[in-house]
Amino acid sequence: MNLPDPNQLIDSLVEKIRPHFKPGTAMLGIHTGGVWVMEALAERLGGDIPRGVLDIAFYRDDFSRIGLHPEAKPSSIPFEVEGRSILLVDDILYTGRTIRAAMNLVFDYGRPASLRMAVLVDRGGRELPICAQYVGATLDLGRHVSLIRDDAGELKLELKGEAT
Amino acid sequence: MTANLQLTEDGRLRHLLTLEGLPARILTQILDTAESFVSIGEREVKKVPLLRGKAVFNLFFENSTRTRTTFEIAAKRLSADVINLNIATSATNKGETLLDTVANLSAMQADMFVVRHASSGAPHLIARHVAPHISVVNAGDGRCAHPTQGLLDMFTIRHYKGGFHNLRVAIVGDVLHSRVARSQIHALTTLGCPEVRVVAPRTLLPRDVDSMGVHVHYTMATGIKDCDVIIMLRLQNERMQGALLPSAGEYYKYWGLTEDKLKLARPDAIVMHPGPMNRGVEIDSGVADGKHSVILPQVTFGIAVRMAVMSMVSGGGA
Repeated sequence: MNLPDPNQLIDSLVEKIRPHFKPGTAMLGIHTGGVWVMEALAERLGGDIPRGVLDIAFYRDDFSRIGLHPEAKPSSIPFEVEGRSILLVDDILYTGRTIRAAMNLVFDYGRPASLRMAVLVDRGGRELPICAQYVGATLDLGRHVSLIRDDAGELKLELKGEAT
Repeated sequence: MTANLQLTEDGRLRHLLTLEGLPARILTQILDTAESFVSIGEREVKKVPLLRGKAVFNLFFENSTRTRTTFEIAAKRLSADVINLNIATSATNKGETLLDTVANLSAMQADMFVVRHASSGAPHLIARHVAPHISVVNAGDGRCAHPTQGLLDMFTIRHYKGGFHNLRVAIVGDVLHSRVARSQIHALTTLGCPEVRVVAPRTLLPRDVDSMGVHVHYTMATGIKDCDVIIMLRLQNERMQGALLPSAGEYYKYWGLTEDKLKLARPDAIVMHPGPMNRGVEIDSGVADGKHSVILPQVTFGIAVRMAVMSMVSGGGA
């Protein structure tokens, strides 16, 4: 099956986001794929958008079952969260558990004025009442899909593993 | 023996008892994880929910302020409940054995024991007898090991020097009685430090020092020359009575780190000390407070390192 080109999805996300994107709004990309998408969005939206990186390793709900992820990275939010409008950015939206963890993480930095969410691909399968305001593509694949970046910096979607 | 006890079958950290025999992969993972925890101390909410609902028991059979407090802060920043037990004034004095004490605390739904004990091997003994969901972290046992201190020292060195591969490190002072020195030596050699020196009078060096993979120096003049890192060890006052040393004044003259002696080291050398310091015995006040000193950052990093260890031994397999 042919998967869409991430660059086109990012273009369409930019068109959806731009009309609502007020000055002062910040973006937070979720490590790793979400950060790539955020950087691409920021470049196309233009202007000097405050940006940060979230690693949700310390907020996962499966910690007691599977332990700490061996490559936990520091989160970095180089702007004041308190009172700020923030756009969360991730590559693939699936169960919603990552976003639940990300929201808890953001609130430990302060109380944002609003949180909105942009994802490259919504592949369904939600286990929590969470949805994204901006979606590049909705794909009913029945399989895991992931965003990869090659050495040249080109983004590509790839199917992984067996049907779920 | 202890390496297996410390790791799960799939190679994850299960207990932290000693740095001896722990692979570089695990040491590096602890330091990397600690790196992620450093910034949490600067946030609005200085907590993450990793150990929410877990009970951490601080079992200090020997006095400690800094170590116990930083373990307590670390556990609280991970959202655990912390119970501090002052064992010196508890049931042990009434004749209860160590394993009975631990069994009773386990019956109070403990999830982790942080243990300091004057006898070498006490944390190992506890680790061998606890239920599968309970982890043990050694907070210093006898002359054997003080692994979290060793790790926070490695974190400090990596923070200021970027790595270990081109470093000359001198450990100065009472190596014989120091569990900290042992943990530092194991960690430095495992992490690839090419030259670890111990600098001390013969009476304060262990007999097996030649088998520790270190360079032995008997004078400060050769010992700290061109070093990147100087770690001063605490001289325990009780050693004076044991005829190992003539006097504190004499010790300071030959082995105390002064501004003059520090000039022998590299100009960008860092000076470390695990605390508590004896100013005017092993270290001059001017050096302890000077621009080369990273003694207080060591304490701050100790929190992040202990958070890393506690979160890595918890979770998974439960």
